[in-house]
Parts: sequence; structure tokens; C-alpha cells
Amino acid sequence: MAEKKLTFEQAMGRLEEIVAQLEAGDHALENSLSLYEEGAKLMKQCTTMLDKAEQKVMKLRTDANGELTEAPFAPKE
Amino acid sequence: MQEPISVTALNQYIKGMFERERLLSRVLVRSEISNYKVYPSGHHYFSLKDAESSIRCVMFRREAMSLRFRPENGMKVVVSGRVSVFPRDGAYQLYCATMVPDGVGELAFAFEQLKNRLHKEGLFDPAHKKPIPAHPRTIALVTSPAGAAVRDMIRILGARYPMAKVLVVPVRVQGEEAPEEIGNGLDLVNALDMADLIITGRGGGSMEDLWAFNDERVARAIFRSRIPVISAVGHEPDVTISDFVADLRASTPSNAAELAVPDQADLRDRLAHFQARMDRSVDRRLQVRRDALRRLGSSPFLQSPQRAIQEKRLLLDYQQQRLLHAMDRQIGEHRQQMGRLAASLDALSPFKVLSRGYSITQKDDGTVVSELSQVEKGDTLRVRVSDGTITCTAEGKEKTKWRKRS
Repeated sequence: MAEKKLTFEQAMGRLEEIVAQLEAGDHALENSLSLYEEGAKLMKQCTTMLDKAEQKVMKLRTDANGELTEAPFAPKE
Repeated sequence: MQEPISVTALNQYIKGMFERERLLSRVLVRSEISNYKVYPSGHHYFSLKDAESSIRCVMFRREAMSLRFRPENGMKVVVSGRVSVFPRDGAYQLYCATMVPDGVGELAFAFEQLKNRLHKEGLFDPAHKKPIPAHPRTIALVTSPAGAAVRDMIRILGARYPMAKVLVVPVRVQGEEAPEEIGNGLDLVNALDMADLIITGRGGGSMEDLWAFNDERVARAIFRSRIPVISAVGHEPDVTISDFVADLRASTPSNAAELAVPDQADLRDRLAHFQARMDRSVDRRLQVRRDALRRLGSSPFLQSPQRAIQEKRLLLDYQQQRLLHAMDRQIGEHRQQMGRLAASLDALSPFKVLSRGYSITQKDDGTVVSELSQVEKGDTLRVRVSDGTITCTAEGKEKTKWRKRS
């Protein structure tokens, strides 16, 4: 389940579920451990996403052919 | 006598008189509107009247477009323009250049008027407000690409939540073209589904500067937007029509950026909190099992298997002793019983009587002789006495004559 690349929001949502399930404690120990493992993976994924995220800023413009395109944008000081 | 002239020539002459009159070329009239009509051509026709008089007025499309409010019958206005003649009807009328509400400021009046109208139409209804996504992926900024507002928004969005892409949709936010450009920008983002959240607005300025965001076209474009819209116009105290229609009102562009995305510091806290809760619950579960294991481990057998074996061995010895003891006793008892039996047997033994002088006579074949008839003369007989056997031959036999006792 954790193999699929989740969005940050999905990963956070799944983490919340895992924490709730672990706290409910109605799983066999092996199950809890695999849940924990999944949680640890997601935790790492989320942290990495936060650490590595670089804001992408684009500006919409109309090119010479009248087509809408996106170009990188840096606001002037 | 003069030559007769045409009506056209007459009206043209009168028109020329009116237009040479400098006072009439620029008049300012305060009055009340009646018979207000907008023609499909876009020209506005109405009358201005007071208690005694009225005058026909026209406001051409070009001038009418810059009206910020909607003139209505009975409304008190101040109109500027010139008076001239419409030759076709031979009637003079006031050609209006501007019209403002009398007494109140035009902008304030227009604002209240549009606000009331859109409110009645339900554009501000909370039921239409769309929720702002918790983690937007692309945020479209429908605003001016120049200036502090866009810069502040990009900076704050980047610091708080760099995972969201920012797409600047450049529009003019001031001037006559601004409302249409802003509306088109909003429509475009929706049509091409370019973002999951829109912020539209601009930095601070005068009421006139912010006016585009009080325009009905912008208000309707915000209302039409399927994508949630945050309005971010001017400074804290500025309120625009866009603020009422938007799904969320931010007090400033910077505030809009803060409302649009979660702060990564909070997200990191939340992650740390998740980690702690996960650790705690798994620890607790492991602890329960660790305790169970410890209880099992503390059983004497597992503590010292040697000693347990020793104990069993002692027990075995003890049981063995008991067994042996019991057997000894039983054997003793049997032996005693046997002794007793042997004694009885001894007492009953026929050989016992031999010591008292009796003997037993047997034939060759071992048959015990008890009657005369068993023996013939010449038979070999064995006579057993207490300490041996005498072999003899029968010489004769004589029957014993038992005397009667008297």
C-alpha cells in the first residue's frame, strides 16, 4: 500500500489512520508492527517531501502563436 | 417677405444658436430621475424633473459605461452635460457627460447599491461558499505580476508550503480594463482547470484604486468559479464586493497566502506528534508482551532447570526408597507366613511319627502297604524308619485277631 507514491495530503491522511489504528490496539502484534513499519515509511516520505520541496513559480503568458504557455516567474523587487 | 425655409433648416439654425451659447455648452443640474430607460443600443434615455419642470436627457453608451451605479427613477443626481437640439423632433435635450448620486459619494453609493443587489440575488449566501483545500497543489494568483502584493504572496506561500505550485495569471488590477481582465483570468483558470485554489486581489490603495474589485463582472466571475477563491484586496479595513462573494476573505494579500496553505512548521510538529503516538502505542503493546514474557521467565523451572531436575531426582530417590522398603516389608511378611506354614506342615508330616517308632512299609513300586492282601510271600518290602530304610523279604503273613474289649 505504501509502495504507491502518495501525495503529501494522502500520506498525512494515511498516517493519521495508522496512528488511530495503532492506538485502538485491536490488531495482532505482527499486524501492529507492519502498520508501524508503514507509518515509519510514510513519516520519512512526508519529511523528505517537506525537506526537498522547492517552490515552483510560473506565469501564464501568451506566446507568439497566441498559445497559452507557462514560463518561470520571478517577481521583481 | 422672406423666402420660406425648411424645418430642417430651421432646426439646424436653432441648434446652432444653442451651441453658440456658452452657458449651455457646460451645465450642471441637480434633479430627480424619471422615465429611465436603457435602449438596446446602450444609450440611456431619461428625464430630469423637479416640482414644476422637466427636461429630456440622453446619456450615450460611451459615457454610460463609466457609470459606477445604476441610475433609477426617483434617484437624486447631479448631472453635467450640454444642452442642444435634436433636429428630428425639434426638441432640445440635455446630453449628459457625467452623472453622480446627489449628496453621497458616487463610489460609496455604487458600492452599497451593488452590494444590496447581489446580496438579494444570493451571491453572498454562505451555502455557496466552497471549502478551501487543506493542501492545495496549484494556487493561481489572479493579480498584477508587478508590485509588492504578488511578491509577498509568493514569498509567504514558499516559506509555509513550498510543495504548492504557484501560477501567476497576470491581469491589470486598476483602470477601466481591470474588471474584465480579472474576470477573464478567473474564467480561464476554471476553463483550463489550472489550479485547485485561486487568490485574486491587489495591494493597498485608494477606494478608486481598489474599484475593480467592486465591479459586478469580477463579483460574478468569482461566484461562477468552480475553484475556491480567496479575495485579498488592499489593507485590513478595506472591504470590497469581491470579499463578500469570495469563498474566503483575506484582509491582505499576505494574509491570503497564510490562509491558503498550512505552515510546514506545523506540519513537522504534526509529523513528530504522529511519530510519538505511534512509538508510544507500539511500545505499550510490546511492554505488555515483555511483561508476560518476564512472568513466564520467572518460573522456577526456567530460572534453574538443574535444580528442578535435582528436585525430581530427590523425589525419585525417595520414591525408590519407599518402594524398596515396602517390598522388604512384604517379603518379610511372606517369609513369616511361610515359616508358620512350614511349621504346620512339619507337624502334619507322616515322617514325624517315624521318630516315635512307627514305620512305613512300601512295596518295590512305592506303594504303601496297609493291608495283608497287598503282600505275597517272597515280596521285597522297604521299611522306612526315622533315619533310613530297611530292605526285607516277606517270610509269611498272619492276620491280626483283634480282641473284643469287654
